[in-house]
Amino acid sequence: MPDVEDLLRREAPRVLAALVRRYGRFDACEDAVQEALVAAALQWRDRGVPESPGGWLFTVAARRLTDTVRSEQARRRREEHVAAEPPAPLPPDEDDTLTLLILCCHPALSPASQVALTLRAVGGLTTAQIAHAFLVPEATMAQRISRAKQSIRAAGASFELPPEPERAERMRVVLHVLYLIFNEGYTATSGADLQRPDLTAEAIRLTRDVHRLLPDDGEVAGLLALMLLTDARRVARAGPRGELIPLADQDRSLWNRAAIAEGTALVTDALSRAPLGPYQLQAAIAAVHAEAQRAEDTDWPQIAKLYELLAATWPSPVVTLNQAVAVAMVDGPRAGLAMLEALDDDDRMTEHHRLGAVRAHLLEMAGDTDAARAGYRAAARRTASVPEQRYLEGRAARLAG
Amino acid sequence: MKYILLIYNNPATYESWTEEQRNELFGEVETIMNELTESGEFVGGQGLADPSTTKTVRVRNGAPAVTDGPFAEAKEQLGGYLIIDCESEARAVEIAGRWPDARHFAMEVRQILHTSGTEM
Repeated sequence: MPDVEDLLRREAPRVLAALVRRYGRFDACEDAVQEALVAAALQWRDRGVPESPGGWLFTVAARRLTDTVRSEQARRRREEHVAAEPPAPLPPDEDDTLTLLILCCHPALSPASQVALTLRAVGGLTTAQIAHAFLVPEATMAQRISRAKQSIRAAGASFELPPEPERAERMRVVLHVLYLIFNEGYTATSGADLQRPDLTAEAIRLTRDVHRLLPDDGEVAGLLALMLLTDARRVARAGPRGELIPLADQDRSLWNRAAIAEGTALVTDALSRAPLGPYQLQAAIAAVHAEAQRAEDTDWPQIAKLYELLAATWPSPVVTLNQAVAVAMVDGPRAGLAMLEALDDDDRMTEHHRLGAVRAHLLEMAGDTDAARAGYRAAARRTASVPEQRYLEGRAARLAG
Repeated sequence: MKYILLIYNNPATYESWTEEQRNELFGEVETIMNELTESGEFVGGQGLADPSTTKTVRVRNGAPAVTDGPFAEAKEQLGGYLIIDCESEARAVEIAGRWPDARHFAMEVRQILHTSGTEM
């Protein structure tokens, strides 16, 4: 019953925020909401959705919280106070969703914990669904979430929007976590497992919420645009057996035109009126790729310029890697290869298989077949991804003939 | 990222230890296991029965040949494994280094293949 699930997931952060506002104790409230969501999923299926779903969830979660308080032998007075509480109308959710996101993406947590907690507390996913998405046992994910909440408590974090400039810094982390969730879904090639929730759609949904709350934030718009423009290629990026299809070889008629139009409009608007940021630039690059009817129509000089801007302001090894490809398309493969040399000694370069793959690709462009073949093979050995391994071995084999 | 930590040891060595020494080792293992479980990094793991109970199976020309035991000349045998999901290879190596068998024998850290992939 997808409607009930959607409804539950929309209500989850609002109910949680209302509960935390009233009773404090984010960790206990979060557990209580999770139990209420599970109860609702079971009961609403049989008896139908109650008139006020949010009020129902709030009441049940508050009752669960009372049980917890009771089992912790809290004072009788407080217990009766909680139990007697009528189902309160939910307060406006606007800022609360942001506050929740910022809390779940607390810098004291590891990225994996931030992602897990965000999906549960803000996304309204169950622990089992999150565990399926990350292919770990439910007990492992439950521990990760519980540890994350302990860390938040230990850090003394409160349920309030932090003041500037801390707020901007914390929002940066939130956007990164949303990006990680998106990427986890987008790179998954085994989509046949119906148990795995669609993390790509979930990330877009959450980012859309944030964009609605902060319409003037150029980076939020940029991230949403980047997600839409990237996700637009999803059907085209993998073959029937999960084999990876590079951008240049994709069937562009399979690209989602509506998502491209929306993403392009978003990033165009953001670039015209907000301070520049890395997500906007990456979205702009994705938009330039998307507007090309055929791979050979790609405006590479424009893409190279955008990467140059990105590398100058927000440098990273991955940016240099992508920039080298664009430079190779404009100035020839040797220029791109020269650019890669800087990455060999870069300690921040962790994705060595990607560096190897790009170098092999540029060597192939330059006609250095032997070096390209050896490069593809070396990169294939370094990646832990089965589809990437197959793709790289395939490129090497093609050069062998 | 998921890693398998392969635990290599020689059961004969542990047999020669006093019960106290053995308990100390079990205590160390328990401490690390608790830590990995609580942090949400522990995915799974098992110890293996004594190497002497191993059967090695080879099929040649369609005919299975089953022999007892692993290669006799190897003193260190696979004694168990654990699977962890952690932030980095450095963290996996750190965990392996704290496992007591690493002090006496060896631990092998290998990344587990996954099916995610990016357009290249």
